[in-house]
Amino acid sequence: MTDGLPPELRRESDTAPGGLSVEDLSFSYGARQALDGVSFACRPGRFTALLGPNGAGKSTLFALLTRLFTTPHGRIRIAGADLARSPRKALANMGIVFQQPTLDLDLTVRRNLSYFAALHGIPGRAAAARIDASLERLGMAERAGERVRDLNGGHRRRTELARALVHSPSVLLCDEPTVGLDAASRQAIVDHVHELAAGGLTVLWATHLTDEVRAEDDLLVLHRGRLLRDGTAAEISAGSTVSETFLDLTRAPA
Amino acid sequence: MTWLTALLAIVAREALRFVHQRERFLAALVRPLVWLLVFAAGFRAALGLSIIPPYQTYITYETYIVPGLCGMILLFNGMQSSLSLVYDREMGSMRLLLTAPLPRWWLLTAKLVASTAISILQVYAFLAIAWAFDIDMPAWGYVAVLPALAVSGMMLGALGLALSSFVKQLENFAGVMNFVIFPMFFLSSALYPLWKMAESSDLLRDICAVNPFTHAVELIRFALYLEFNAAALGWTCLATAVFMGLALWGYDPARGLVRRKG
Repeated sequence: MTDGLPPELRRESDTAPGGLSVEDLSFSYGARQALDGVSFACRPGRFTALLGPNGAGKSTLFALLTRLFTTPHGRIRIAGADLARSPRKALANMGIVFQQPTLDLDLTVRRNLSYFAALHGIPGRAAAARIDASLERLGMAERAGERVRDLNGGHRRRTELARALVHSPSVLLCDEPTVGLDAASRQAIVDHVHELAAGGLTVLWATHLTDEVRAEDDLLVLHRGRLLRDGTAAEISAGSTVSETFLDLTRAPA
Repeated sequence: MTWLTALLAIVAREALRFVHQRERFLAALVRPLVWLLVFAAGFRAALGLSIIPPYQTYITYETYIVPGLCGMILLFNGMQSSLSLVYDREMGSMRLLLTAPLPRWWLLTAKLVASTAISILQVYAFLAIAWAFDIDMPAWGYVAVLPALAVSGMMLGALGLALSSFVKQLENFAGVMNFVIFPMFFLSSALYPLWKMAESSDLLRDICAVNPFTHAVELIRFALYLEFNAAALGWTCLATAVFMGLALWGYDPARGLVRRKG
């Protein structure tokens, strides 16, 4: 719900190709309302942080965005494609880093990526070039032949990020991708995804860690299934820090 | 062809995982071998078998239960690989699969084809060991049984997939053992022919006769002796269609397992 926002903080839905937009999305688990009329848009070339405490509805939102399940209430558009009407087109344009690990531990980094490429219809030879490029970009090229089981947490996450980019998506969704990482690995991933956004990708990054958000980032604050704020981090925190603003917002009853 | 690329990748992944898990392979092989070499040896004296189709001569009990044990491998594998989807670690890879830009029914079918292919490899390993113990079938039977194994494997895998989408907590595999695998296995023609069952109870015989596992086992049994059992094939295909329908319903993004798990 953005109705309570000052007009200068409201943003029009952006359905330009490459972007992601959500309109009036609601979802409930039985009697419990997990999302209540959520609307926002993520623009190409921007890092949009979705900040919310545990239980705010972030995971539900991501499940809906990735079409793990669906809801009749509201609309999701990915790179111009309606997720309900043309799910395959929408999914083909989406790169996802899931919260839970999704790599096959006994397979090599390269095998994991080629499996994913094939799921997206990219066969052997074409996939190999893309995989090399993607691993190179993440500084993982020399580890392509290693078993995922032998990698540390930071490198596993980098592998998952490289995998999410193999099919050159225009939208990248990251669901709390830094959970369980040490400070250095966390910083490296956060920096890298910011660079990807600067390169033109649409990024939606869910987190409950305020230090992952930069002042120039777009920021969405989700609390108890409602969107409390939608603007740039600098605008929303207005003089204060993102961390304090976030604490203030989510301490008060929504 | 995007669809085929994905199918082949899913099968290749399953095969690679299988190669990496030798314990799983051995466990799946030891179970039927214990039945064949210990249980059947003890039972051969107790159980007299008359000549029933497709057999044309008196057979030993070991020979009788080979098709049933092939079915057992398919049954255990079908359940195990599908139910493992429910485990949290597997949920992650299921998410990856379900977000591929292909229809969900195709992705789930590919998953079934992959696990069935692995099961069939295990059945052949079992048949090879049985052969080494002089429990052998007509040579062409080993070829003719392939399609029968494929259909039966798909049927049992689809059942596992359907269960995985409906049963809330499958953390304990024991529950499924007790309520699905054991009844299906024991109330079938895997261990004793139906006429033998009828001697003790007509009701039990009738239950066995409608059990799709019975038909899968009979399909395999007839195929091993180069005979075609149309009724068994029909029943097995029908059961496959029903279980697959249930699985697709359960994995429909508008309801089902993933939604409850959040």
